[in-house]
Amino acid sequence: MANITSITKLPSHIPGFDHVADGGLPLGRTTLVCGSAGSAKTILAAQFLAEGIRHGGESGVFVTFEESAEDVRVNMSGFGWDIAAWEAQGLWAFVDASPDPAYETVIVGDYDLGALLARIEHAVSQVGAHRLSMDSLGAIFTQFTDSATVRREMFRIATALKRLGLTALLTAERTAEYGEIARYGVEEFVADNVIILRNVLEGEKRRRTLEILKFRGTPHHKGEYPFAILNGEGMVVIPLSAIELKQRSSNVRITSGSIDMDAMCGGGFFRDSIILVSGATGTGKTLMATEFMAGGAKLDERCLLFAFEESREQLFRNATGWGVDYERMEQEGKLKVVCAYPETDGLEDHLIRMKRIIESYAPQRVAVDSLSALERVSGPRGFREFVIGLTSFIKHQEVAGLFTATTPNLLGGESATEAHISTITDLIILLRYVEMYGEMRRGITVLKMRGSRHDKDIREFTIDAHGMHIGKPFREVTGILAGSPRHASGGEIEVIRHLFSNE
Amino acid sequence: MSEYRLRLYVVGQTPRAERAIANLRELCEKEFDGRSYEVEVIDVLENPQIAEKEKILATPMLVMFLPPPMRRVIGDLSDSEKVLLGLGLRPSPPRES
Repeated sequence: MANITSITKLPSHIPGFDHVADGGLPLGRTTLVCGSAGSAKTILAAQFLAEGIRHGGESGVFVTFEESAEDVRVNMSGFGWDIAAWEAQGLWAFVDASPDPAYETVIVGDYDLGALLARIEHAVSQVGAHRLSMDSLGAIFTQFTDSATVRREMFRIATALKRLGLTALLTAERTAEYGEIARYGVEEFVADNVIILRNVLEGEKRRRTLEILKFRGTPHHKGEYPFAILNGEGMVVIPLSAIELKQRSSNVRITSGSIDMDAMCGGGFFRDSIILVSGATGTGKTLMATEFMAGGAKLDERCLLFAFEESREQLFRNATGWGVDYERMEQEGKLKVVCAYPETDGLEDHLIRMKRIIESYAPQRVAVDSLSALERVSGPRGFREFVIGLTSFIKHQEVAGLFTATTPNLLGGESATEAHISTITDLIILLRYVEMYGEMRRGITVLKMRGSRHDKDIREFTIDAHGMHIGKPFREVTGILAGSPRHASGGEIEVIRHLFSNE
Repeated sequence: MSEYRLRLYVVGQTPRAERAIANLRELCEKEFDGRSYEVEVIDVLENPQIAEKEKILATPMLVMFLPPPMRRVIGDLSDSEKVLLGLGLRPSPPRES
């Protein structure tokens, strides 16, 4: 028999939320949702009911203290929630406690909010509600200035909700993003479960996050999780670090699209690996992504390319220049090219969209060219979360992902992208310009490859109408990776060789 | 038709509700003596849909429909002078600036 004192969870069905909440909201309890103005409290409150109706036919009651019922109906219609229809079907009921400017109400003497409670109980029994949302508490404190009475009455209502067995969300205002939990000390009467919504300005970019501050007596994931508000969907939480590292590791090799590259990697990339290609502009990163795509298509794999730097036309023209026919690959259903400008959306929205495309297209290999282009639309923290979210998702699909990163310096150097991604990559390929005797040449090396032997030379490569050709290692040159190539004399090389000959 | 029409909303038979009803009775007898008036008491527990329609939150609440304009007063009506002031049956005191 199950332990009757343990708390069970009610899946909210809000995308991503239940993952962070470790199953959902505490069943039969009230959870306080605190957030500053514009932090999406009302959306969360309405979505909690909407998802209940859409997923389990669980009906709900929406108690509104701020906006009128009509305003809520209109404002939420953009998310695809037809509240009026649900009301007609007896799945949704409003308790409209918004202030009515038509009446002037004077307070003389002792009172309580018994009528509100009676209306809530009536609405709950009318639709047989499982879920209830109240939005938002601050508004009732401004309607009735006697805070002590309101606090006492809200405590009475919270107790009644528990008695009715409702799983409820109660929203409340905060004045600062980091400070006291909520105004009017409302957390004192519903202190068991607290969620905080934030809308923080970070490097001129808005970043929305959700944090479960506490769920008394039941586990949840800690810290802030980014979320997005999407048209036609509502809130989508991105459960980044809650993602479990459950991916299996595979020993199956796949081709990089270049025989030479495969040889450098000891027989190709691993099938479910994350590959980072880093180099300055023009060193051949897009070419490597193109070969990676072409190599997959040749073996009848489905390939997906996200391009954030070049237009479709440019990409197709480049590919043709290297002997790759993107157009035919697309016609044969082996390739999908998705071009987007990084600036069109926030990173959270990009991430959700990319995940959706990967899920629906179900490719065997994915390339992102370039990851660093996305760096400029977010702060460092948001970018790091994006990279982790995307790479772990791709890994989870057990497909190969190739990412390119542009280094800021033409010679040597490292990009912020590299710093964020290097620990989660399985394979790092560096492309570098090498200046030799007044001539620019290109060098390539495999810096790291997990679980495999690989070529440790820095090799020269050339690009022509058939793509990339990797040649012999650079000899008699040191300091290529650091960006300051220096020619070493024969004697010096001998000395270095001797140093390592006794290994 | 009555000269005064009032409606009192209460929730259940609580001491506060009983007090409000008694206070209202006393007030009407004193204030509307010799004139026609009509008083209705509504228990929200029995008629929650009326409370929903009229958007009643706090109780006891006294609503005066006649004479216009409509006025609403919240509380147990223990201070009759304040109630009459709230109903507009007394001239409001000069406003302090």
